[in-house]
Amino acid sequence: MTDNAATAIDNPRSTVVRRRKGVNWEKWGWVYMRASGVLLVVLIFGHLFVNLFAGEGVTQLDFGFVAGKWASSFWQWYDFLLLWFALVHGSNGIRTIINDYSTPPTGTGIRWLLTPHGIMKTALVVSTVVLLTLGTLVIFTFDPCPAGSPADLLPSFCSVAR
Amino acid sequence: MWSWVLHRITGVGIYFFLLVHILDTALVRVSPEAYNAVIAQYKNPIMGLGELALVAAIGFHALNGLRIILIDFTGFGTRHQKAMFYIVLALWVVLLLGFAPRHLMHVFGGA
Ligand code: HEM
Repeated sequence: MTDNAATAIDNPRSTVVRRRKGVNWEKWGWVYMRASGVLLVVLIFGHLFVNLFAGEGVTQLDFGFVAGKWASSFWQWYDFLLLWFALVHGSNGIRTIINDYSTPPTGTGIRWLLTPHGIMKTALVVSTVVLLTLGTLVIFTFDPCPAGSPADLLPSFCSVAR
Repeated sequence: MWSWVLHRITGVGIYFFLLVHILDTALVRVSPEAYNAVIAQYKNPIMGLGELALVAAIGFHALNGLRIILIDFTGFGTRHQKAMFYIVLALWVVLLLGFAPRHLMHVFGGA
Protein backbone atom coordinates (compact mmCIF):
# COMPACT_ATOMS: atom_id res chain seq x y z
CA MET A 1 0.00 0.00 0.00
CA THR A 2 1.35 3.37 -0.91
CA ASP A 3 0.65 6.57 0.92
CA ASN A 4 -0.33 9.69 -0.91
CA ALA A 5 -0.63 13.14 0.59
CA ALA A 6 -4.35 12.76 1.31
CA THR A 7 -4.12 9.57 3.40
CA ALA A 8 -0.79 10.09 5.17
CA ILE A 9 -1.16 10.21 8.92
CA ASP A 10 1.39 11.63 11.35
CA ASN A 11 3.43 9.15 13.29
CA PRO A 12 1.74 9.07 16.71
CA ARG A 13 5.14 8.75 18.34
CA SER A 14 5.98 12.21 17.07
CA THR A 15 9.28 13.58 18.33
CA VAL A 16 7.66 16.97 18.85
CA VAL A 17 6.89 17.35 22.60
CA ARG A 18 4.10 19.77 23.33
CA ARG A 19 4.15 21.14 26.87
CA ARG A 20 1.67 23.36 28.59
CA LYS A 21 3.11 26.64 29.78
CA GLY A 22 3.55 27.34 33.47
CA VAL A 23 4.49 25.32 36.52
CA ASN A 24 3.70 21.62 36.44
CA TRP A 25 2.08 21.42 39.91
CA GLU A 26 1.08 17.79 39.51
CA LYS A 27 4.73 16.87 39.03
CA TRP A 28 5.88 18.86 42.05
CA GLY A 29 3.12 17.23 44.10
CA TRP A 30 4.50 13.86 43.04
CA VAL A 31 8.03 14.92 44.00
CA TYR A 32 6.77 16.29 47.33
CA MET A 33 5.08 12.97 48.25
CA ARG A 34 8.45 11.23 47.88
CA ALA A 35 10.67 13.88 49.48
CA SER A 36 8.33 14.36 52.46
CA GLY A 37 7.94 10.58 52.73
CA VAL A 38 11.66 10.14 53.38
CA LEU A 39 11.62 12.93 55.97
CA LEU A 40 8.46 11.58 57.62
CA VAL A 41 10.07 8.17 58.16
CA VAL A 42 12.65 9.86 60.38
CA LEU A 43 10.22 12.28 62.08
CA ILE A 44 7.47 9.72 62.75
CA PHE A 45 9.74 6.95 63.99
CA GLY A 46 11.42 9.42 66.35
CA HIS A 47 8.01 10.65 67.53
CA LEU A 48 6.68 7.14 68.16
CA PHE A 49 9.91 6.01 69.80
CA VAL A 50 10.03 8.86 72.32
CA ASN A 51 6.30 9.02 73.12
CA LEU A 52 5.08 5.45 72.76
CA PHE A 53 8.09 3.15 73.20
CA ALA A 54 10.76 4.72 75.45
CA GLY A 55 10.10 5.29 79.14
CA GLU A 56 6.73 3.96 80.26
CA GLY A 57 5.21 4.11 76.76
CA VAL A 58 1.60 5.19 76.50
CA THR A 59 1.13 5.25 80.29
CA GLN A 60 3.57 8.17 80.70
CA LEU A 61 1.52 10.57 78.56
CA ASP A 62 -0.04 13.53 80.37
CA PHE A 63 0.12 17.31 80.52
CA GLY A 64 3.40 17.23 82.45
CA PHE A 65 5.00 15.03 79.76
CA VAL A 66 4.06 17.47 76.99
CA ALA A 67 5.15 20.47 79.07
CA GLY A 68 8.51 18.79 79.70
CA LYS A 69 9.07 18.27 75.96
CA TRP A 70 7.90 21.71 74.80
CA ALA A 71 10.07 23.41 77.40
CA SER A 72 12.75 22.81 74.78
CA SER A 73 12.54 24.62 71.46
CA PHE A 74 14.05 21.52 69.84
CA TRP A 75 10.85 19.55 70.44
CA GLN A 76 8.67 22.53 69.50
CA TRP A 77 10.33 22.76 66.08
CA TYR A 78 10.41 18.98 65.75
CA ASP A 79 6.64 18.80 66.29
CA PHE A 80 6.09 21.82 64.04
CA LEU A 81 7.90 20.07 61.16
CA LEU A 82 6.02 16.84 61.87
CA LEU A 83 2.67 18.67 61.82
CA TRP A 84 3.27 20.46 58.52
CA PHE A 85 5.00 17.68 56.60
CA ALA A 86 2.55 14.97 57.72
CA LEU A 87 -0.64 16.98 57.23
CA VAL A 88 0.34 18.37 53.83
CA HIS A 89 1.52 14.90 52.70
CA GLY A 90 -1.71 13.32 53.94
CA SER A 91 -3.97 16.00 52.45
CA ASN A 92 -2.24 15.79 49.10
CA GLY A 93 -2.72 12.02 49.21
CA ILE A 94 -6.43 12.45 49.97
CA ARG A 95 -6.63 14.92 47.05
CA THR A 96 -5.27 12.20 44.75
CA ILE A 97 -7.83 9.73 46.07
CA ILE A 98 -10.74 12.19 45.60
CA ASN A 99 -9.56 12.76 42.02
CA ASP A 100 -9.42 9.01 41.44
CA TYR A 101 -12.96 8.24 42.56
CA SER A 102 -15.04 11.31 41.81
CA THR A 103 -15.64 13.06 38.51
CA PRO A 104 -14.76 16.75 38.52
CA PRO A 105 -17.88 18.78 37.69
CA THR A 106 -17.92 20.77 34.45
CA GLY A 107 -19.49 23.89 35.97
CA THR A 108 -17.72 26.70 37.78
CA GLY A 109 -18.42 28.72 40.92
CA ILE A 110 -21.44 27.56 42.94
CA ARG A 111 -22.17 24.87 40.31
CA TRP A 112 -18.72 23.45 40.98
CA LEU A 113 -19.04 23.76 44.74
CA LEU A 114 -22.40 22.01 45.10
CA THR A 115 -21.24 18.64 43.81
CA PRO A 116 -19.74 15.73 45.75
CA HIS A 117 -16.36 16.59 44.23
CA GLY A 118 -16.63 20.29 45.13
CA ILE A 119 -17.79 19.58 48.67
CA MET A 120 -15.02 17.06 49.36
CA LYS A 121 -12.29 19.30 47.93
CA THR A 122 -13.56 22.30 49.91
CA ALA A 123 -13.82 20.30 53.15
CA LEU A 124 -10.28 19.01 52.58
CA VAL A 125 -8.77 22.46 52.06
CA VAL A 126 -10.69 24.04 54.95
CA SER A 127 -9.87 21.29 57.46
CA THR A 128 -6.21 21.29 56.42
CA VAL A 129 -5.82 25.06 56.80
CA VAL A 130 -7.71 25.12 60.12
CA LEU A 131 -5.66 22.26 61.60
CA LEU A 132 -2.32 23.65 60.42
CA THR A 133 -3.18 27.00 62.02
CA LEU A 134 -4.53 25.46 65.22
CA GLY A 135 -1.61 23.05 65.61
CA THR A 136 1.01 25.74 65.00
CA LEU A 137 -0.62 28.09 67.53
CA VAL A 138 -0.85 25.31 70.12
CA ILE A 139 2.86 24.49 69.82
CA PHE A 140 4.12 28.07 70.01
CA THR A 141 1.65 29.67 72.46
CA PHE A 142 1.88 26.75 74.89
CA ASP A 143 1.98 27.68 78.60
CA PRO A 144 3.56 24.90 80.71
CA CYS A 145 2.49 26.50 84.02
CA PRO A 146 -1.08 27.83 83.59
CA ALA A 147 -2.09 29.92 86.62
CA GLY A 148 -4.55 28.29 89.01
CA SER A 149 -3.88 24.69 87.98
CA PRO A 150 -3.11 22.07 90.65
CA ALA A 151 0.66 21.72 91.03
CA ASP A 152 0.56 17.91 90.80
CA LEU A 153 -0.66 18.14 87.21
CA LEU A 154 2.13 20.51 86.18
CA PRO A 155 5.80 19.80 85.41
CA SER A 156 8.05 20.08 88.47
CA PHE A 157 9.86 23.18 87.17
CA CYS A 158 6.67 25.27 87.62
CA SER A 159 6.93 25.32 91.42
CA VAL A 160 10.63 26.29 91.26
CA ALA A 161 9.88 29.31 89.10
CA ARG A 162 7.29 30.70 91.50
CA MET B 1 -1.79 -4.52 43.33
CA TRP B 2 -2.24 -5.53 46.99
CA SER B 3 0.66 -3.34 48.01
CA TRP B 4 -1.16 -0.41 46.39
CA VAL B 5 -4.48 -1.25 48.09
CA LEU B 6 -2.79 -1.54 51.47
CA HIS B 7 -0.80 1.66 50.89
CA ARG B 8 -3.99 3.54 50.12
CA ILE B 9 -6.04 2.11 53.01
CA THR B 10 -3.27 2.67 55.57
CA GLY B 11 -2.73 6.22 54.21
CA VAL B 12 -6.39 7.13 54.72
CA GLY B 13 -6.51 5.45 58.15
CA ILE B 14 -3.45 7.30 59.43
CA TYR B 15 -4.81 10.54 58.01
CA PHE B 16 -8.01 10.38 60.03
CA PHE B 17 -6.04 9.53 63.16
CA LEU B 18 -3.84 12.58 62.51
CA LEU B 19 -6.90 14.87 62.33
CA VAL B 20 -8.11 13.61 65.73
CA HIS B 21 -4.60 13.67 67.20
CA ILE B 22 -4.08 17.37 66.36
CA LEU B 23 -7.39 18.13 68.09
CA ASP B 24 -6.66 16.09 71.24
CA THR B 25 -3.21 17.68 71.54
CA ALA B 26 -4.81 21.13 71.23
CA LEU B 27 -6.45 20.45 74.61
CA VAL B 28 -3.14 21.35 76.31
CA ARG B 29 -4.23 24.93 75.55
CA VAL B 30 -7.57 24.37 77.31
CA SER B 31 -6.39 23.01 80.68
CA PRO B 32 -4.18 20.25 82.13
CA GLU B 33 -7.35 18.57 83.42
CA ALA B 34 -9.02 18.50 79.99
CA TYR B 35 -5.88 17.15 78.30
CA ASN B 36 -5.27 14.46 80.93
CA ALA B 37 -8.90 13.32 80.85
CA VAL B 38 -8.82 12.75 77.09
CA ILE B 39 -5.32 11.26 76.99
CA ALA B 40 -6.36 8.80 79.72
CA GLN B 41 -8.67 7.27 77.10
CA TYR B 42 -5.61 6.26 75.08
CA LYS B 43 -4.56 4.04 77.98
CA ASN B 44 -7.63 1.78 78.10
CA PRO B 45 -7.33 -1.71 76.55
CA ILE B 46 -9.47 -1.04 73.48
CA MET B 47 -7.53 2.08 72.56
CA GLY B 48 -4.32 0.21 73.36
CA LEU B 49 -5.17 -2.31 70.65
CA GLY B 50 -6.06 0.63 68.39
CA GLU B 51 -2.57 2.07 68.92
CA LEU B 52 -1.08 -1.27 67.95
CA ALA B 53 -3.15 -1.18 64.74
CA LEU B 54 -2.03 2.40 64.14
CA VAL B 55 1.66 1.51 64.49
CA ALA B 56 1.08 -1.49 62.22
CA ALA B 57 -0.54 0.77 59.59
CA ILE B 58 2.14 3.46 59.79
CA GLY B 59 4.88 0.81 59.73
CA PHE B 60 3.51 -0.72 56.55
CA HIS B 61 2.88 2.65 54.86
CA ALA B 62 6.38 3.89 55.74
CA LEU B 63 8.23 0.75 54.60
CA ASN B 64 6.16 0.36 51.43
CA GLY B 65 6.53 4.11 50.78
CA LEU B 66 10.31 3.71 50.78
CA ARG B 67 9.85 0.79 48.38
CA ILE B 68 7.75 2.98 46.04
CA ILE B 69 10.49 5.63 46.12
CA LEU B 70 13.18 3.08 45.24
CA ILE B 71 11.02 1.75 42.38
CA ASP B 72 10.47 5.26 41.01
CA PHE B 73 14.05 6.47 41.19
CA THR B 74 16.27 3.42 40.72
CA GLY B 75 16.47 0.71 38.08
CA PHE B 76 17.39 -1.70 40.85
CA GLY B 77 14.12 -0.96 42.61
CA THR B 78 12.07 -1.46 39.45
CA ARG B 79 13.72 -4.81 38.69
CA HIS B 80 13.38 -6.13 42.23
CA GLN B 81 10.03 -4.60 43.21
CA LYS B 82 8.51 -7.97 44.02
CA ALA B 83 11.40 -9.11 46.19
CA MET B 84 11.33 -5.74 47.93
CA PHE B 85 7.67 -6.27 48.76
CA TYR B 86 8.60 -9.41 50.70
CA ILE B 87 11.40 -7.48 52.38
CA VAL B 88 8.84 -4.84 53.39
CA LEU B 89 6.63 -7.55 54.90
CA ALA B 90 9.60 -9.10 56.74
CA LEU B 91 10.75 -5.76 58.19
CA TRP B 92 7.16 -5.00 59.13
CA VAL B 93 6.91 -8.25 61.12
CA VAL B 94 10.23 -7.49 62.86
CA LEU B 95 8.99 -3.98 63.72
CA LEU B 96 5.79 -5.31 65.24
CA LEU B 97 7.61 -8.06 67.15
CA GLY B 98 9.73 -5.30 68.70
CA PHE B 99 6.82 -3.00 69.48
CA ALA B 100 3.83 -5.18 70.33
CA PRO B 101 5.02 -7.05 73.47
CA ARG B 102 6.33 -3.88 75.12
CA HIS B 103 3.24 -1.87 74.23
CA LEU B 104 0.82 -4.61 75.35
CA MET B 105 2.67 -4.83 78.66
CA HIS B 106 2.17 -1.09 79.15
CA VAL B 107 -1.53 -1.33 78.27
CA PHE B 108 -2.42 -4.57 80.10
CA GLY B 109 0.37 -4.66 82.69
CA GLY B 110 -1.71 -2.65 85.13
CA ALA B 111 1.23 -0.36 85.92
C1 HEM C 1 6.12 7.32 57.45
C2 HEM C 1 6.55 7.90 56.36
C3 HEM C 1 5.74 7.95 55.08
C4 HEM C 1 6.19 7.55 53.85
C5 HEM C 1 7.58 7.01 53.52
C6 HEM C 1 5.12 7.77 52.90
C7 HEM C 1 5.23 7.54 51.54
C8 HEM C 1 4.23 7.79 50.63
C9 HEM C 1 4.39 7.83 49.20
C10 HEM C 1 5.70 7.61 48.44
C11 HEM C 1 3.17 8.10 48.66
C12 HEM C 1 2.86 8.33 47.18
C13 HEM C 1 2.16 7.25 46.46
C14 HEM C 1 1.98 7.67 45.03
O1 HEM C 1 2.05 8.87 44.69
O2 HEM C 1 1.76 6.77 44.23
C15 HEM C 1 2.22 8.20 49.75
C16 HEM C 1 0.86 8.41 49.61
C17 HEM C 1 0.01 8.71 50.65
N1 HEM C 1 0.34 8.89 51.97
FE1 HEM C 1 2.16 8.56 52.76
N2 HEM C 1 4.02 8.26 53.57
C18 HEM C 1 4.35 8.40 54.90
C19 HEM C 1 3.53 8.88 55.92
C20 HEM C 1 2.19 9.24 55.77
C21 HEM C 1 1.33 9.80 56.81
C22 HEM C 1 1.76 10.13 58.24
C23 HEM C 1 0.09 9.96 56.26
C24 HEM C 1 -1.17 10.51 56.89
C25 HEM C 1 -1.21 11.66 57.48
C26 HEM C 1 0.16 9.50 54.89
C27 HEM C 1 -0.91 9.50 54.02
C28 HEM C 1 -0.82 9.20 52.68
C29 HEM C 1 -1.93 9.17 51.77
C30 HEM C 1 -3.41 9.45 52.12
C31 HEM C 1 -1.42 8.86 50.49
C32 HEM C 1 -2.20 8.70 49.18
C33 HEM C 1 -2.38 7.24 48.90
C34 HEM C 1 -2.75 6.94 47.47
O3 HEM C 1 -2.69 7.84 46.60
O4 HEM C 1 -3.09 5.79 47.21
N3 HEM C 1 1.44 9.07 54.62
N4 HEM C 1 2.90 8.03 50.94
